[in-house]
Amino acid sequence: MDLVQLQRQLVDYRTSLYHEGFLDEQFTQLQSLQDENNPDFVVEVVSLFFEDSERLLNELSKALEQQVIDFKRMDAQVHQLKGSSSSIGAHRVQKLCIVFRNYCEAQNVEGCLKCLQQVKHEYGIIKTKLESMFQLEQQILNAGGSIPV
Amino acid sequence: MAHSVLSDWIYLPAQTPPSLLLNYFSFFPLKSNQIFLISFLTFSPSKQSLLYKMLSCGAGSGGCSKDMAVELGDEPHVLAVDDNLIDRKLVERLLKNSSCKVTTAENALRALDYLGLGNDTLEGTVSEVNMIITDYCMPGMTGYELLKKIKESSVLKEVPVVIMSSENIPTRISQCLEEGAKMFMLKPLKQSDVKQLKWHLMKCRN
Repeated sequence: MDLVQLQRQLVDYRTSLYHEGFLDEQFTQLQSLQDENNPDFVVEVVSLFFEDSERLLNELSKALEQQVIDFKRMDAQVHQLKGSSSSIGAHRVQKLCIVFRNYCEAQNVEGCLKCLQQVKHEYGIIKTKLESMFQLEQQILNAGGSIPV
Repeated sequence: MAHSVLSDWIYLPAQTPPSLLLNYFSFFPLKSNQIFLISFLTFSPSKQSLLYKMLSCGAGSGGCSKDMAVELGDEPHVLAVDDNLIDRKLVERLLKNSSCKVTTAENALRALDYLGLGNDTLEGTVSEVNMIITDYCMPGMTGYELLKKIKESSVLKEVPVVIMSSENIPTRISQCLEEGAKMFMLKPLKQSDVKQLKWHLMKCRN
């Protein structure tokens, strides 16, 4: 695939992520913070998001396996996840976190379990999609091109 | 260098380095009974240039306050407090893009230590900050409690404090403003929020 095709593919892919509600305008904000002085800003922040989210999702799973469930602590963790996903523009994950917090507040175990599964699922999707997008960007850079805005 | 004068503001081209500004005085000598002090830089959005405000203190006026002393070319130093790592990274980049020097703290206790109000503050390590921006929801001490501690301090009470939160709760907002917060901002922060913040910061310092 030549450079122009790759660039077009990237633009189309990115646009679809917005259209399908995976990303929101906060992701655009992140991109606007990247420049020649900070060329890897988006990848760095998103990588931190991946690490942080995986840690939180593990802790939430463990919390729901306990005999006595600490809803308050879980709520604080979901609040963290909601904050991070909001800050990078991971729209679907953020929206699910809001629902998750409601279940925590209501101390609804079934609701929490269901929500956790949904969040894990959505997180998996956005992680794959962002990684694909970064790979495309890298291909473009390797081919000597620049990333279209 | 080309400049224009509008009342007591002097507009210089955006790229004027601070050192050239000092040379300015050799071409435009001061009146004998006046001392000109230069306030810090302000970015004038409408004028697209750096705006140096010339303040004058009469020789016999009894001196000027510390705030009016020369801070030529200094970037404002902001302390950003947030327990979320991603948000810390984001606010740091936003502030640096607005030419601020940034120090981050991951919770209120660390922030207090840095400001010299903590139990673990080491002698000689207190740094001057021009603004504090803090998250509201933090484990242990909240941003609101941090705000209160800052306002109780004789040394730090004049430092503008901005509270950020992901939740739009009117009672929370008014509580913070009543306690002396300069602004309340909703997360996630955008570049336009930080530009607005910096404009207010510059006004505060004046």
